[in-house]
Amino acid sequence: MSSGFSLVLSCGGEFVGEQGLVTVHDDLFWSQSIYCHQAVTKSDCLSNSENGERLSEERLRGLLLSGIAGDASAYHAFLKELSALFRAFLRRRLVRLPEEVEDLVQELLLAVHIQRHTYDPEQPITAWVYALARYKLVDLLRRRSRKDLLNDPLDEDSELLATSDGEVTDARRDLAKLLAGLPDRQRLPIVYVKLEGRSVAETARMIGMSESAVKVGVHRGLKALAAKTRSES
Amino acid sequence: MKTEDLLSLLATRVDAEKIQNPMRRYGLAVMSAMALATALMAELLGVRSTLARDLSVPMFWTKEAFCAVLGAAGLVGAARLARPGSRLGWVRVGLAGPLLAMWLLAAVALVMSEAQDRRALIFGDTASACPFWITLISAPLFVSIFWAMRGLAPTRLWLAGAAGGTAAGALGALVYSLHCPELAAPFLGIWYVLGILIPTGVGALLGPTLLRW
Repeated sequence: MSSGFSLVLSCGGEFVGEQGLVTVHDDLFWSQSIYCHQAVTKSDCLSNSENGERLSEERLRGLLLSGIAGDASAYHAFLKELSALFRAFLRRRLVRLPEEVEDLVQELLLAVHIQRHTYDPEQPITAWVYALARYKLVDLLRRRSRKDLLNDPLDEDSELLATSDGEVTDARRDLAKLLAGLPDRQRLPIVYVKLEGRSVAETARMIGMSESAVKVGVHRGLKALAAKTRSES
Repeated sequence: MKTEDLLSLLATRVDAEKIQNPMRRYGLAVMSAMALATALMAELLGVRSTLARDLSVPMFWTKEAFCAVLGAAGLVGAARLARPGSRLGWVRVGLAGPLLAMWLLAAVALVMSEAQDRRALIFGDTASACPFWITLISAPLFVSIFWAMRGLAPTRLWLAGAAGGTAAGALGALVYSLHCPELAAPFLGIWYVLGILIPTGVGALLGPTLLRW
C-alpha cells in the first residue's frame, strides 16, 4: 500500500453500529469533511488526503488506462493497489464483521473488472472506485441485516478479532468452487484463458468454439461468478 | 481462492479492448424507443390535423422545448447516474430550469387573464386524459432506458431510477405533444408535469429492484 493511501484512509471514520450493522443511507457519501477523524485536526486531514489522493489518482488512472489498452502487468498492479485500498477501506467500516472483509475485497475486484467499461476517463478514478466500494458495502450490509433478522446476532468475540489488523486473512468463500459450478461454455474459457494463460485463438481450437464465443464465455462467466458471490453471502 | 490468485486470474490475458463507448448503446436504445413511442401515439391517437398550423405559434415551440430540454437533462442525468462516481452537475439546472420557466409563464398567463377564462387555461379540454397518455407513451422509452442503464453500473439506485423515469416521461410528453392540441402554459405546467412525474415516481420506486447488480 502506498503511503498516499494510508493517509487518505486514516481520515476515514467508522460508521459501525451496535451489531456491526448500520443502515447506511445512499446519500451518506464518503467525504473527507464529514468523516475526518476527530483526533486529527480538520486542516491536517484535508491537506494530507488531498495530497495522497492526487498521488493515487494519477497513478491508478495511468495503470487502469494501460491495463485497458492491453498491458497485463499494469492491470495487475492496478488491481493489487486497489485490493489494498479496498481492504483498508473495508476494515475501517466492518470492524464488527472482520470475516466479511476479504470476501468483499474479492467481490469488489470482480466488480471493478466487470464494470471497467463504466469508468469515464474524464472523471476522477478515485470517485469511481469509492462509489463502487460504497455500493458493494451498503449492499452487503443490507443483505446481512436481512439475514440477521432470521439468525442470531454476532458473537461478542468478534470484537477481539477486530483489533488485529495488518495481515491478509483468507476469504471464506472459495471462488475455485464457484467456478466449478459454471457451465462448460463459460468455465472452460475462463480456465484456459484466464487461469492457464492460453491465447483466445488456442482456446477456441481446443474447445471447438469461435474466438468471439470464447471471449463472450470469459465475460459472461466472470459476471456469473460475481452474481454467485452475491447470492452466496 | 486467495485474493492474489484472483488478481492474477483477472489480469491474465487482458487483450487490448476496444472499450465501446457505453453511451452508444444508450443512444441506440433511446432512438429506437422514440420511434416505437411515435408509432404508438400515431396508432392510438393520431397526429393532430392542426399541427402544421401550430408550427408558426411560439407557444408550440415553447412546449416542444420544455419537453425536449427536460428529456435531454433526464437522459444525461440517467447516463451519469449509471456510471459510478459521476457528478450530476448541470443536470439539476436542466431539470429545474424548464420547470420554473413553465410555471412562471403559467403564473403570468393566469394573472393576465380574465377570471372566467382561467378554468380553460388550467383544464383545457383534455386534462384528465393527458397524464395517462404521457405515461402510456413513455412506456417503451422507460423500458429501453432502464435496459441501457442495466448495462452499466448505477450505484444510487432510486435516484438513477428517477432520472431514467424523468427522461422517459419528458420524451413521452414530447411525442404526445404531436397529438395534443393544448398550448396554455398553466395546462402544461400542471398536466404535462404530472404526466412526467408518474414515470419519475415509478422509476424511483423500481430503481432499487430493477437496477441492482
